[in-house]
Amino acid sequence: MKRAILAALGLATSLAVPAAAEENIKVGLLLPFSGVYAALGNDIEAGFAVALEQFGSEAGTGFDIVREDTEVKPPVALGKAKKLILQDKVDVMAGIVSSSVLGAVRDTVHGAGVPLIVANAGNDEATGTSCSPYITRMSFSNGQVNRPMGQWMHDQGIRKVYTLAPDYAAGRQMIGGFVESFTAAGGEIAGQEFTPFQKTQDFGPYLAQAKASGADAVYVFYAGGEAISFVKQYDSFGLKADLPLYGSGFLTSPLYVNAEGPAAEGVITALHYVPTLDNAANAAFVAAFQAKTGRLPSEFAVHGYDAARALIEAAKTGAHDRASLAEALRQVSFDGPRGKLSIDPATNNIVQPVYVYETVAAEGGLTQKVLAELPAEADPANGCEMAPVSN
Amino acid sequence: MAHDLGFWMLQALNALQLSMLLFLLSIGLTVIFGLMHFVNLAHGSLYALGAYFAASLAAIGGYWMGFFLAPVAVAGAGVLLYSGLIKRMRNSGPMAQVLVTFGLIFALLDVTRFFWGDLALAIEIPAILDGRLTFLGIEYPAYRLFIIALGLAIFAALAVVLDRTQIGAMIRAGVDNDAMAACLGINVERLFFIVFCVGCGLAGLAGAVAAPLLSVTPDMGLQILIPTLIVIVIGGLGSLKGAIAGSLVYGFVQTFGAVLAPQAASVLIYALLAAVLVIKPAGLFPAKG
Repeated sequence: MKRAILAALGLATSLAVPAAAEENIKVGLLLPFSGVYAALGNDIEAGFAVALEQFGSEAGTGFDIVREDTEVKPPVALGKAKKLILQDKVDVMAGIVSSSVLGAVRDTVHGAGVPLIVANAGNDEATGTSCSPYITRMSFSNGQVNRPMGQWMHDQGIRKVYTLAPDYAAGRQMIGGFVESFTAAGGEIAGQEFTPFQKTQDFGPYLAQAKASGADAVYVFYAGGEAISFVKQYDSFGLKADLPLYGSGFLTSPLYVNAEGPAAEGVITALHYVPTLDNAANAAFVAAFQAKTGRLPSEFAVHGYDAARALIEAAKTGAHDRASLAEALRQVSFDGPRGKLSIDPATNNIVQPVYVYETVAAEGGLTQKVLAELPAEADPANGCEMAPVSN
Repeated sequence: MAHDLGFWMLQALNALQLSMLLFLLSIGLTVIFGLMHFVNLAHGSLYALGAYFAASLAAIGGYWMGFFLAPVAVAGAGVLLYSGLIKRMRNSGPMAQVLVTFGLIFALLDVTRFFWGDLALAIEIPAILDGRLTFLGIEYPAYRLFIIALGLAIFAALAVVLDRTQIGAMIRAGVDNDAMAACLGINVERLFFIVFCVGCGLAGLAGAVAAPLLSVTPDMGLQILIPTLIVIVIGGLGSLKGAIAGSLVYGFVQTFGAVLAPQAASVLIYALLAAVLVIKPAGLFPAKG
C-alpha cells in the first residue's frame, strides 16, 4: 500500500515538475559579488531585480534566477559558467563585468549555444572579431562611448589634447576610439601616456607631463579607485583651471563621484547613461532603484536593468528555450532610461545615444548636468562575421 | 617637449612624496622582520585598515581626529593580531608564517568589505592643507608637502630613538643577536611586542595620510604590498637606513621612470630589484654587517 502511494506520488511529481519547469525561464546571473568589481556586480544585480519587478508580469512567463560569483577571476568564472550550463541547465545567462572574464567564457557559451546577455564588459572584440550569435551586449563597447566625444570636443574649439589611461585593453580601446574621431575631425594629440594598470598610486609625474605638453585639454579614461585618485590629484595640482579635464564618463560615475568630492566639479565626460536624464522611463527607473537601494542608479545598474528588460522583451515574443531566446535577443528594441535602444544584428552590440555631461555641485552633493545628446551610431563590424537573424 | 627646471623640481617633489609614503609603511615591516624574523605580509592590510579607520573617524570628527586616532586604532588591531596569532606563530618557521599572514590579507580584505562595503570612501583634505604653495617659481600641493615633512619628521624621530635612547639600544641589540640580548637581561619578547605595535601604528598612519590622496578601497592594501616589499629588499632588512634608502630609490626610479621611459616604467623597478639582489644580496644597508 505504502509503496503504491509512493509510486503514485512519484508519478504525480514526475508529471508535475516538467510542466512547472516549462513555465519558468531559468536565468543564470554570472556576476562578481566579491573582488575588485563587487560594487559593480551588486549594482547590476539590483538593476536586474528592479526590472523583473517592474516588467516581469508582461513576459507571460516566470523567471528562476541562479546567481554565481565570478570573483572577477577568469578561471573561476569559466567553472561557474560551465556549472550553469551543464548542471543547472539554464536557458539564458546574463552578467559579466570584466572583459577578461567574458573572453574566458566566450567559447564555452558559444559552443553550448546558450544565449548570454552581457551586462557590462565593453571590450570591442566581443562584438567584433570574436562575436557570437549567442552573445548579445546590452551595456556598451569601449569605442562606442568615446568615439562621439572626439567630434564634439573639436566642435567646442579644442584643438590639442593630451590623453591618459591605464595600460590595459579597455584603456587603449577607450582612448583609441576618442583619438580616432578627434584626429579625423582635425584635432591634434599633444601627447599620450598609458599608466601601469592598478599599480599607479601617484599620478603626479604624468600630470606634470600633461601640463608641460602645451595641450588645450586632457582626455582620460580611469575607473573605480584609480578614477577617484586621478580626479583628486588632478584637482590638487590646480590643473583644472588652465587645462580642463575631459574623459570617458566612467571617470565621474555616480558610483564614485561622491568619493571624489569637489575635485570632480566641472569635469566634462561622455557616457551612455547618467541618472539625471530627463525622460519618463528614467524617472520610473530612478524612483524604483532608489526605493530598493537608497542610492541613485549608476550606469552599471542600468546595464542590469536593461539586460532584464531585453530578456523580458525576448520572452514576450514567445521565445522560451536557448535557441529561440538567442534569436529573439538579437532583435530586441525598446525605449529605456537611456533612450531608444536596439541591438545591431550585424554585431549583436547595443545601439544607443551617448550623453555629454558635466559634474556640477547641487544641494546634497554632486550631480550630472547633461550638456548634449550625441546620436546613436552602430559600431563598425570590426571583423565580426555572423549568420544573419533567421526568423 | 621642453622641460624647464621647475618641471624637474616638481617631479623630484613627486618622487619624494611617494618615497615618504612608502617609508612610513616599510619602516614598520622592516624592523618587525629584523627584530622578530617574522614576515608579516598582512602589513599592507593594516595600512588599508588605517585608511578605513581614518575615513570613519574623519566623518565624525574631521580629518585630524582620523589622523591622530587611526594609528592608535590600528596599533590596537596589532595587539589583537599579536596576541591572537603571531605569538603562536613565532617559532613555526618562515613558510608557515608567510602562509598565515598571506591568508590574513584576504581575511582582513573581507572584514573591511563587510564593515565598510565595496564602494570607495574618501576623506577631504583639511582646509589648512588644501590648496597649493608657491616657492622657487613652482606651485605644489600643500598636502603633498605635508606628507614629505611628516615622513622626514618620523625618520628623524626614529633615528633619535634608535641611536640615542636605551630602548633604541635594546632594539638594536635584539636585531643583532636576540639570544645574546635575552641573556643580558633584555625582555626580548616584550620588546617584540612594543615594536610590533609601533610598526602597526605607523602602517595605520600611512593609511590615514594616504587616504585623502588616493581612494579608500578594500584592495588598497594588496596594491601597496609589493612596492613595500621591494623597498625593504632593496634597502636591506631590518634597518632604518635601509628603509629610507629603499624608499627613496623606489620613489625616484618610479617617478622619473614614468617621465623619462614611460614604456619601461613598470619594469624598471623590478630590473633594479634584480640588480640589487645580484650585486648586494643583503640589500643596500642590511642591519647585520
